[in-house]
Parts: sequence; C-alpha cells; structure tokens
Amino acid sequence: MGQLERKRGGAPVAMRRLTLITVPYLWLLALFLIPFAIVFKISLSDIALAIPPYTPTMEDGLWALLSQLDFENFVFLTEDDLYWKAYLSSLQIALISTVLTLLVGYPMAYAMARAPEEWRPTLMMLVILPFWTSFLIRVYAWVGILSSEGFLNQFLLWLGIVDTPLKILNTNTAVYVGIVYTYLPFMILPIYAALDRLDGSLIEAAEDLGCSRLEAFWLVTIPLSKNGIIAGCFLVFIPALGEFVIPSLLGGSGTLMIGKVLFEEFFANRDWPVASAVAVILLLILIVPIVLFQRNEQRQAKAEK
Amino acid sequence: MIRLSPFNVVSLTLGFAFLYIPMVILVIYSFNASKLVTVWAGFSTQWYGELLRNEAFLDAAWVTLRVAIVSSTIATVLGTMAAYTLVRGGKFFGRTLFSGMVYAPLVMPEVITGLSLLLLFIGIGLDRGILTIVLAHTTFSMCFVSVVVSSRLVTFDRSLEEAALDLGASPFEAFRFVTLPIIAPAVISGWLLAFTLSLDDLVIASFTSGPSATTLPMKIWSSVRLGVSPEINALSTILIGLVTIGVISASLATKRATLRQKLDAQVAARPT
Repeated sequence: MGQLERKRGGAPVAMRRLTLITVPYLWLLALFLIPFAIVFKISLSDIALAIPPYTPTMEDGLWALLSQLDFENFVFLTEDDLYWKAYLSSLQIALISTVLTLLVGYPMAYAMARAPEEWRPTLMMLVILPFWTSFLIRVYAWVGILSSEGFLNQFLLWLGIVDTPLKILNTNTAVYVGIVYTYLPFMILPIYAALDRLDGSLIEAAEDLGCSRLEAFWLVTIPLSKNGIIAGCFLVFIPALGEFVIPSLLGGSGTLMIGKVLFEEFFANRDWPVASAVAVILLLILIVPIVLFQRNEQRQAKAEK
Repeated sequence: MIRLSPFNVVSLTLGFAFLYIPMVILVIYSFNASKLVTVWAGFSTQWYGELLRNEAFLDAAWVTLRVAIVSSTIATVLGTMAAYTLVRGGKFFGRTLFSGMVYAPLVMPEVITGLSLLLLFIGIGLDRGILTIVLAHTTFSMCFVSVVVSSRLVTFDRSLEEAALDLGASPFEAFRFVTLPIIAPAVISGWLLAFTLSLDDLVIASFTSGPSATTLPMKIWSSVRLGVSPEINALSTILIGLVTIGVISASLATKRATLRQKLDAQVAARPT
C-alpha cells in the first residue's frame, strides 16, 4: 500500500499526514503555549531594575531560577484594593452590558426571524456589516456623540428634555453603550439562528390551546431559543470581560476594568511580574464561562444529532 | 407570509438606527469644513486632502496592509491544515491539547495574547517590528480560519474524494481538483476574516510592534486619545466605504452562485 501511494503522489501518506499535523501543531506550541508558560513563570518572578525588568532569568541557572520563584505578586494582588476592585468591576460591567445587549438584541433577532423570507438575507447583511467595519472606528464614533457638546446632548437640549448637558462620556454608562454597540451582532446571530429553526406551528398550537400571545412567547418561544440566548450571552460576556479599547476610550478615570489595568501596569508602570500575575488571574476567571460555553455548544450539537 | 407586527417593525427600526446612526454621523461630519467636529460649517473635502498629505498615516496604512496580506495568507494555509487535522486527523498524540490550542485564542482577551507574545519575543531576543506583528497576527487568525474551514469540512462528502482516488488521481490531485473547489468558499471567507482581523487589531499590535513599525490602528489610537478629529473622520469614512463595497459585492457573488447552482439542479432534474 505504501509503495502504491508513493508511486501515485510522491511522499507516502504517513509522511504527508505527519506534516499536516506537525506544522500547525508546532506553530501553536511555539507561539501560543510557550508564551503562556513564560507569562506564568514571570508572574512568579520579582521586579528588577534590569533588562528584562524581572529576576530571576534563565541565565541564573535552572536551580536558582526555581528556588527564587514565589507567589509574592499574587499576594500583592490580594492586598492592593485596586486589583480586587478592578476584577469585580470588570465582572459587573461585563454582566450588565451582556444583559443590556440581550434586551436590545433579542427583539431584533425575533423580528428578523419573523420577517418575510426575501428580506432576511438583507437584514442579515445589515447585522454583519458593522462587524466587518473597524472596531476602533465604531467605538470612536461614540466619542463625538456622547461628549458634553456632542450630538446626543445637542439633541436633548434642543428637545428641551435637559437644561444642562449630561455627562455621559467618561462614565460607566458610556462603556455600557460601547459594549452593547460593538458586540450586538454576536448576540443577534445565535439567537436568530435558534429562532429561525423554531417550528411556527408550535406557537400556533399553544395559542389554539388557550395561551395568550404573551404566554405563548414566554412558555414556548423563549425556552426553545434558550441555546441561542446562552451562546449569545457568552459571546458578549467573555470578550467584554477583558476589554481594553472601550473602557480606555469611553470610560473615565473611575472606570476600572482589568484589561486596562493590565495594559497600564505593563506600559506605564513597567511592572512585568505584576502584569503577568494579573493576566494569570484573569485567565483563571475566564475558564469558568469558557467551560460553560463549551458545554452548552456540545449539548446543542448532541441535541441536533 | 406573516406580516410583521408593529412591535417587530419598531424594534428593527430602532435597532438598525442604533447600529447605523453613529457611522452615518461620522461620514457626514468628515465633509465638515469646520475643525470643530460637532458644529456644521458647510461642505468641504479638505480633511481628505490633509489625510492624503499626511505621510505618517500613509506609512502606517502601508505597514498595516502588508502585515494583513502576509499574515492572513500564512494563517489561511496553517488554519486549513489545522482544520484538516481536526476533522480528518483521527486519533493522534496530543489531540486534545491541539484542539484546545486551536479554540483557546478565539476567546482569549487580546491583552493576554499580546502580553504573552511580547514576553516570548523579548525572551528569544527577536527585534520587534513588522515580522513580530505578522507572527502574532498569524497565530490568532489561523484559529479563526480553522474554525471556518472545519465547519465546511465536517459536511463534506468524502466519497467524492475517494471516487477521485479510485479513478487514478494522486492524493494531491484529489485535493487540488475535488476537495479544494468544494471548500474554497470557506477558505476564502477564512482569508477575508483573517485579513480584517489583522487590519483591525490594535491591542496585540501595540504589544508586539517596536518603534520601527506603527500600524494604522495604532496611529488612529494615538490621535483619538486626544479627542475627535476631522481627519480621523475622513479616514473612517474611507474604511467604512471600502468595507461596504466589499461586503455587498461578496454577498451579490454568493447570491449569484447559489442561483446558478439552483438552475443547474433544475436542469439536471429535468427528465430527458
């Protein structure tokens, strides 16, 4: 068999299979897994006035290296209020924004699934189009809208709803708006996919059996689109937790988010060991929602079979 | 067909207004004559002129374009290989680790990916610049490509490939003339996704680039931190315009392709 393969295609099948596996495998090992090992190692090191700015380094020898590693940075993170507050406030901001995104996204996904068949591709495209547009630009667009002399305040003043401009930019409210705006497509698409598959006759049956429209929606539509809702919420919550651009551009000095703290710890304070420790903890926090998300996806895949 | 209820019409209208009004404002005010971005002072294209004369922006755009083309192309090759391995590879040593490494970058916060790659590059003494940004972008976008391609490979009918092999094609020929044309749409959308991810990335590029290479998002970032500027509005308008043209033409192309397939199927189904 091996000889036959060689005659037909050059390299034997086993060789080809090995290359196919090895190349992406080694790439990811070298540029994904090893970098994490380095982050973990540096999180156990101490800050030093040197290049690179931490100690011990590999040059000190393996034994010195291992014996000098400790959990000091992690202890430091628990002692300093800033970090605890940053983790908690990231969780809070991500959670609130996820709920808000769901409240905006669900009615849109529902209406899309109810729209005439020939409109749907266009509506889909309208949802996806912002996703292809630069993330940075979409966040930036809100700076001009939310600032005190921005469009929203001008509009509200013109309507006479407020007398003095509201301070929205550089507050947590602006961060919520930014997250809902940029992650809305991630919420709409899985919910739409779930609602699109939903058999309309089930709702008719519920209504025939005496349910009001609202009851039918609550008792039939919502439970049947549950998987889409869960998927959408995780797709918003997980990236929102580590978000850096939105809190830096729209949030204020009072907006504490861990992505921003990490960035500043690294670039402004040049404290690499603490920045690495912050990253390790963030990763540990993220594992919970990621595992839950994976389970939801697997259950869904199994249910479809 | 069911007609949309007023509630659905309202939620669609408000939703799309929310999605599009910020961008529309950005586009309109890029043609504003005033330097003050929230006061309309007549139509002008002066900011486009200034943008085109701004060497720093042009340089950054050129760096970004080169990084995006190279990284998305390598990422497409590696991502397709990874998808093949995941879908067809069967059992091999470290399979769980491999699929973990393919899926993890999708949900990894950018600050962590950026930080870890920077520490690697410093650790091995690699000078930071275009090369390091390309390596970083390739790594995370190959995972996106791999997800897109493997979702197509899963539904792929393997008997087509086997038929080609039985008819005397070499495995390479079978891949080139049977498999590749069938998975091509997924490979192309994977490339496009990798390309836009690379064009768009600020955080990972900030960590992995050195003083010799500034990408367009980094340049935009440093100027928007100081507030709204009409030049950035002009630049945004150009980018939004390019994306709109790209997405619309891509969707028209797919529409035509599906129509042709339908027609072919009808022709084939016609009794002779």
